[in-house]
Amino acid sequence: MLRLENISAAYHASNVLEGISFEVPEGSIVTLLGSNGAGKSTTLKVISGLLRPNQGKVYLNDSEITQRRPEKIVAYGLVHVPEGRRIFPELTVLENLKIGSYTRQDKTTVEKDLDKMYEYFPVLKDRKAQIAGTLSGGEQQMLAIARGLMSNPKVLLLDEPSLGLAPIIVQEIFEMIKLIREEGTTILLVEQNAFQALSIADYGYILENGRIVLQGPCSELKENEEVKRSYLG
Amino acid sequence: MVFSFANLSQQVISGLATGSIYALGAFGLVLIFKTMDTVNFAQGKMAMVTAFVAWTCMNRFHMPYYLAFIVAVAFGALLGIFIERVFLRPVQGSSPLTLIIITLGLVMILEGVAGWIFGFDTKNYPVAVKGDPLTVLTAKISPHNLLIIIVTLVIMAGIYLFFKYTMAGIAIRATAQDITTSYLMGINVSRIFSTTWAVSAILGAIAGILIAPVSFLSTTMMDEVQLKAFSAAVLGGFTSLGGAVVGGLLLGVLENLVAGYISPEFKTSFAFGLIILVLWVKPSGLLGTVQRKKV
Repeated sequence: MLRLENISAAYHASNVLEGISFEVPEGSIVTLLGSNGAGKSTTLKVISGLLRPNQGKVYLNDSEITQRRPEKIVAYGLVHVPEGRRIFPELTVLENLKIGSYTRQDKTTVEKDLDKMYEYFPVLKDRKAQIAGTLSGGEQQMLAIARGLMSNPKVLLLDEPSLGLAPIIVQEIFEMIKLIREEGTTILLVEQNAFQALSIADYGYILENGRIVLQGPCSELKENEEVKRSYLG
Repeated sequence: MVFSFANLSQQVISGLATGSIYALGAFGLVLIFKTMDTVNFAQGKMAMVTAFVAWTCMNRFHMPYYLAFIVAVAFGALLGIFIERVFLRPVQGSSPLTLIIITLGLVMILEGVAGWIFGFDTKNYPVAVKGDPLTVLTAKISPHNLLIIIVTLVIMAGIYLFFKYTMAGIAIRATAQDITTSYLMGINVSRIFSTTWAVSAILGAIAGILIAPVSFLSTTMMDEVQLKAFSAAVLGGFTSLGGAVVGGLLLGVLENLVAGYISPEFKTSFAFGLIILVLWVKPSGLLGTVQRKKV
C-alpha cells in the first residue's frame, strides 16, 4: 500500500534520514519506533509531502508520490495526523472536522463519515459547537484523528498520538486505532510509547540516527533483548 | 458648539459613514495580516488605482456609474491577485519584514504608475446617489453617506456568512491559524493567499470609490484613509476581523465627535493619539487576542 525506497532527507540538519526503506501492507498497522531525533517525524513529513527527500522514492498504491504537493497527496488518499495534534484552535470542533473533508466532493458520504466520527468519539458530538482550543489534550487528539479520517484516507499516518496524555486516555485512543484498522484503513504509527505501539501493530521498524536498525513482526520485537533494553525499559 | 441630542446624533451618523470606509480598509488589512503575517501598506494605493479605473470607465468609455463600479472592483480583485502572485509569492515564507518592505515598495510603484497613466492633478468623482439629505431620527444624512453605511453593513454581513459557513471561508481561517496543518488537510495554501488578496483588494476598491466624491480623485486620495484604517485595525486588535469593523466605526464616530465638540484641527492627531493610547493600555486592542500562530 505504502512503500518507501532508499529515502534520504534532511530537516534542520539535525534530523537526517540516511537511506531508509520500508513497507506498509494494505490493512496493516506498521509502527516506526525510535528515540527523539531518530528521524520518525522526518519520515512522515517526507511521505506526506511536507519535506522533499534528497533521494529515494515514495509509492502509494504503486504510483510514485515523491514529488507531489502535500495537498495533492491528501486527495490521493493519504493523510498525516501531525505530532502535537495541531487542531485549528480558533475553529469549532465541527469546523475542524469539515476542514478534514476539504478535498472531497461527495457531500452525502461526507455527512455519513461525520456521523461515523461522532460514533467513534462521542465526546466530539457533545462538543461540536465548542471552540477546539478549549478541548482537553485527549479530546484534541481524538479530534485530530477524526479530522484526518474525514479525508476518507486509505492510509493514515499517526505521529505520536499518545504524547502527553494520561495512560487511560492513551488506552482509549489505541483501542480506536485498532478499530479504524478493522474498518479497512492502513496505518503507519510513529510512537515513543513502544509498549503500546508494539501491542497493536503487526510489524515494526526501529529507527536510530536516520537508519533502520531492526525490523520484524511485533511479537518478535517485543521479545528482542535489544528492544526490551532500549525501548521497553 | 451647543450640546443637544440632535447635534450628537448628527455627529454620530456622519461619523458612521466615514467609519464605514475605515472599517472596510481595516478589515482588508487585518485579513491579510492574519493569513500572511504582513501589513499591506499598499492597500490604499491599490484602492486609489481602482478608483481611477472606475473614473476612466465613466469618462473615457462612458459607462454608467454602477457598471464602472463593478468593472473597477473586478479590476481591483485581479490587481490583488496579480500583486500577490508576482511580488509576494516568490518570497513566500521569508520574514514578515521582507513582505512589509515589498508592500512599502509597492506604495511608490503604484503611485508613480498611477500618476504616469492618469496624471497628478486632482479630479472630481460623482456620488453614487444624488439628492437632498434624508432625515434619520433627528439627524440629516446625504443619500451617498447612507449608501456607504448600508453597503458596508451588507458587505460585512456577507463576509461574516462566507467565513462562517462556506468551506473556502473556513479554509481561510484555518490557514490563518496553522499553515503547515492546512497543507496536510489538502488546502491549496497558495490559492488561499490569492483569495485573501482578492477579497482585501475588493474591500479597498469599494472604500476608494465610495470616498472619492469627498476626498477627490488623486494619487494621494487614500493616504489619510489608509492611516486611519491602520489605526482602526490597531484599535480593534490587529488579530480580530470583528475588531477591525468595530475599530473602524468607533474611530469614525470618535474623531467626528472630537472635530465637532473640540476642534476640527484635532481630528487627525486624535486618531493617532488614540493608537498610542491603545498600544499603551491594551496592546492587543479592543477585541484582539495575543496571537500564537504556528507555521
